[in-house]
Amino acid sequence: MRVARVIPCLDVDAGRVVKGVNFVDIRDAGDPVELAARYDAEGADELVFLDITASSDRRDTTVAMARAVADEVFIPFTIGGGIRTLDDARRLLRAGADKVSVNTAAVRRPELVREISREFGAQCCVVAVDARSSTEAPSGYEVFTHGGRTRTGIDCLEWVGEAERLGAGEILLTSMDRDGTRKGFELNLTSKVAQAVGVPVIASGGVGTLDHLVEGVAKGKADAVLAASIFHYGEHTIAEAKTRMAAAGITVRPA
Amino acid sequence: MTGRPLVAILDYGIGNLHSAQKGFEHAGADARLTADLGLIRSADGVVLPGVGAFAPCMAALGRTGLDTAAVDAVQSGRPFMGICVGMQVLFAGSDEAPGTPGLGVFDRDVRWIPGPVKRPQMQWNVLDRRFDHPMLTGLDDPVWAYFVHSLAPETGDGTDVVATCDYGGPVVAAVARDSVWAAQFHPEKSSRVGLRILANFVAAAAAVGGAG
Repeated sequence: MRVARVIPCLDVDAGRVVKGVNFVDIRDAGDPVELAARYDAEGADELVFLDITASSDRRDTTVAMARAVADEVFIPFTIGGGIRTLDDARRLLRAGADKVSVNTAAVRRPELVREISREFGAQCCVVAVDARSSTEAPSGYEVFTHGGRTRTGIDCLEWVGEAERLGAGEILLTSMDRDGTRKGFELNLTSKVAQAVGVPVIASGGVGTLDHLVEGVAKGKADAVLAASIFHYGEHTIAEAKTRMAAAGITVRPA
Repeated sequence: MTGRPLVAILDYGIGNLHSAQKGFEHAGADARLTADLGLIRSADGVVLPGVGAFAPCMAALGRTGLDTAAVDAVQSGRPFMGICVGMQVLFAGSDEAPGTPGLGVFDRDVRWIPGPVKRPQMQWNVLDRRFDHPMLTGLDDPVWAYFVHSLAPETGDGTDVVATCDYGGPVVAAVARDSVWAAQFHPEKSSRVGLRILANFVAAAAAVGGAG
């Protein structure tokens, strides 16, 4: 049985959740522990925290946050953003994160993927890939870094294959063409990547409706779907998402 | 016995044990991450966690002497629980590390999950119960648990298989024999269901502590 996962993504700056999450009767919309516990209670399968802390000397706050979340919340969570070295990954995993995701640093130095995977196991090594359509890339999609600003000239399918060989246990795939547009996942990109690798793929970027989540699994062949705004702003609950997916014939853990 | 049962979580330097400790605390235990042989001997229950790969876990157990401590704890008859790779090392060996013997508490091997499926299985899945066991007391079907693994124990004659899950066919999800419980999934990451499983183990540990 293949069971699709629904994963809310929370942006974190200096240990606080930003971009306002709008739960009714939440005491502190910036508290990652309270929000994580709420998403757990609502039936989220995992959580992703994206660390957008600008200055690296404040990254200790992220380690403290990982510990605080792990103390109280008993579903898996991933921390991504700003992980440059094996030691960065080690501190977050030791603090209680289940997985770390690496992006720019892995493109710059692919051995980082192998190092994390070798020390902690492939299951906690997520490679996040930001892709944009490009006529110059053989697959039609090129890898971008630095939050989607910097071209690499690397073909997306080539990179995800390389990441898997290096020991990635999962691919977090974001379409930079769709991110923030609410037009739905880039399904062509998603299905190409999902069929090119033997590890699970999380689809990300562009979710605006519940049907987009359905499409990500049904047409994009993704193993998990990630979304932010549709959950945070109270438009839809995790339960609604799962009900819609189940009605479309996708197996999910009921909320 | 008064107070919370002492659950010793064997700390042999592998991976993230923080969640396991917090999970057992939530479940009512005095949970300690420890490599102290005296503390392990005096614990009401002993837990062998594990993440990553079979060979590094066995190497680390050997280095710290906790391989012997784990086997002694099993033989003492006190409640014992292996989790994930901590379950796999209770078996004789693994496809993942040919030539590296496991602890041999269960006399069969761990195999790659067969078939055209994605490995690792990284998802929630339903536990199909094979027989009633205190591990799953108080949980109504369907019981959902979180799995992250590429290998699983052989079924053997099936008499110790508490539950399987369906992943391209039946995959062993939990085994138990005498005082030994083992889960391929992560109870400490399986939300309310997982915390109940940990609480069931703590209750078993408390019963032994009370008798002792």
